[in-house]
Amino acid sequence: MTEKFIKFGKNLVTTEEFLAEGHSFCTGCGEALAVRLACKALGRNVIIANATGCIEVCTSPLPVTSWRVPWIHTLFENVAATASGVEAGLRILIKKGRMPERDIKCVAVAGDGGTSDIGIQALSGAFERNHDFLYLCFDNEAYMNTGIQRSSATPYGASTTTAPAGKLSIGQTTWKKNLPEIAVAHNIPYVATACPSYPFDLMNKVKKGAEVKGPAYVHIFSPCPTGWRHASDMAIELGRLAVETGIFPLYEVENGRYKLNVDRPKLKPVEEYLKPQGRFRHLLDQEIAKIQEHVNEEYAKLRAKVTCSAS
Amino acid sequence: MSKRVGLEASHAAAEAARMADVDFIAAYPITPQTHIPERLAEMVADGELDAAYVPVESEHSALSACLGAAAVGARTFTATAGPGLEYMHNVVYVASAMRLPVVMTIANRALSAPLSIWGDHSDAMSVRDTGWIQVFCQNSQEAFDMTLWAFRVGEDSKILLPVMVHFDGFHLTHVTEPVILPEQEEVDRFLPPFHYPFALDPDKPMTLGAFAPPDIYSEAKMAQEVATRKSRAVVLQGFQEFGDIFGRYYHPVEPYKTEGASTLLLTMGSFGETAKTVIDTKKDKGESVGLINLRLWRPFPFQELRQAVKGAKTLVVFDRCISFGGPGGPVASEIKSALYDEKERPRAVSFIGGLGGRDMSAEDFEYVIDRGQEIAEKGSEELFETVGIRGEVTGIRG
Repeated sequence: MTEKFIKFGKNLVTTEEFLAEGHSFCTGCGEALAVRLACKALGRNVIIANATGCIEVCTSPLPVTSWRVPWIHTLFENVAATASGVEAGLRILIKKGRMPERDIKCVAVAGDGGTSDIGIQALSGAFERNHDFLYLCFDNEAYMNTGIQRSSATPYGASTTTAPAGKLSIGQTTWKKNLPEIAVAHNIPYVATACPSYPFDLMNKVKKGAEVKGPAYVHIFSPCPTGWRHASDMAIELGRLAVETGIFPLYEVENGRYKLNVDRPKLKPVEEYLKPQGRFRHLLDQEIAKIQEHVNEEYAKLRAKVTCSAS
Repeated sequence: MSKRVGLEASHAAAEAARMADVDFIAAYPITPQTHIPERLAEMVADGELDAAYVPVESEHSALSACLGAAAVGARTFTATAGPGLEYMHNVVYVASAMRLPVVMTIANRALSAPLSIWGDHSDAMSVRDTGWIQVFCQNSQEAFDMTLWAFRVGEDSKILLPVMVHFDGFHLTHVTEPVILPEQEEVDRFLPPFHYPFALDPDKPMTLGAFAPPDIYSEAKMAQEVATRKSRAVVLQGFQEFGDIFGRYYHPVEPYKTEGASTLLLTMGSFGETAKTVIDTKKDKGESVGLINLRLWRPFPFQELRQAVKGAKTLVVFDRCISFGGPGGPVASEIKSALYDEKERPRAVSFIGGLGGRDMSAEDFEYVIDRGQEIAEKGSEELFETVGIRGEVTGIRG
């Protein structure tokens, strides 16, 4: 299998690395792999704006850097605004003839906290203003960089350091904020979900998002061994289980039309996904049943949108 | 030939940005700054200015977007006031530390609560230590001149620092005055095209805004401090070149009839013009008084200030901001600190007034000078006194 990939893989994916080795991501980090794949899909002609978070901290400790593409970080809460400036700045400089005509894609990179909580205003503004940029949200479902604090992207029932499971609490008592749907509500031309367990699907979506004219949003599910308390060799498997259980469906919305990219006739029980993770270990059967019910409902809603789009 | 026109100070600043051929504007409306972005948006809409006008959803995003645009090499401009400046506060520090030469005009406004849309210097004082070059204006002409000058100085490859141009909300922003507008050719001679040496470019990938572990942060910040202080040379060079081309020479500290005066009044911003009339009247009466306009706020002009107050007995400092629980008006406390090591120095007296749009009349300044002299002679237990504020304020002691 590996031999076959070495033989044929290079025809499918560039062997060039834009995220250099030597970064300080945790062992088995799903996000690091996702960033690496996304960079391969984007290629050389990009400018990346990065919000504060795991990705920024693990790749840019002065005086070294992992970035082989131009990269800027200013703050945590403003990456979509910084990217707006990069995009509009490039466009006007080219228009005024101060810079040679060239297709450089501006890409904003942030975590779930930087996207769904503190950065959502800047993100909504940038979508609404129709900047020609791609926003990549790497979702590891909590503030992992600061030590596993809950975010609005943390799933129901997960134990985090600021919403811990205890005698009186199951941990997170709210359902995960649906960021892709919020992006869709801005009527932007391209929204997709992706996961590094499906590398070609992820790279295709990032590429598509970069090529589309106008704002594009790709929400990337990024298993986190440290924060989710799962074995460090399980990130890929967990990503696959999240998709196969319907917890994190892979879909895209092109000009408002929904399409499921992986649609199993029968979803696996959510328990298979929850069990290997320490953050869900405390959940009793009744809570698991509640999660199952919620997943079924959400998945049915998504399928209905896909059906609507097809007709 | 330059021409003399009637212009509101806000429009004068916008006109300076237009003549500077600014590439990128991102702004969020806030009273009393609104006339600046409105005018610029109009210019872009009418094709008078070829720039990207990005109507952002907040001040925080306004400055953040400016950073992104400056980082690809665009000449950037924004404007805000009071609470808007506070809302972008986090970003203000980043601009200077990342050496991104954004120009920002501030229509100085009071801070909430209670809500006040009117002017004072509370916003300016809150960004005192943010590492921006900062100047204050007295009139519409200066709003034009300082905005143009700001691009020349901030973008100079020797310093690369953002510049803040302060002018008083309403008292200046909404006042129409005669302004001499230069020829475009003169502006082009004064202001070379912007070239950012660290521009983000796929052919020359660079990492901007990396994080600093403890073993490098201190050195990074000291390098910034050295750069801020070194900017003084370019600040002065900018004033000189401006004067040589446009005929108006500005200085970090501007004395008015101070020669031989035993009592000096120091102001920042537009109220200095009212104070000037008081100095004239008092001079006519034979009183030994003079006025100092503090134009350059950062980097602080220590040498020029010490020189300007030499020989005076009393220095009355007028502040439009309270430093709650602190040593007096923030400008006064800076002045005192700048003079502390001098062997001979005037007695500095702190006055606070003109808060939240409260006007300062000529009579008010007369009172400030007279009472200031009295305090200098007889002493006072108060850390500062107030002017034009109802009710007796006592017990402000150290």
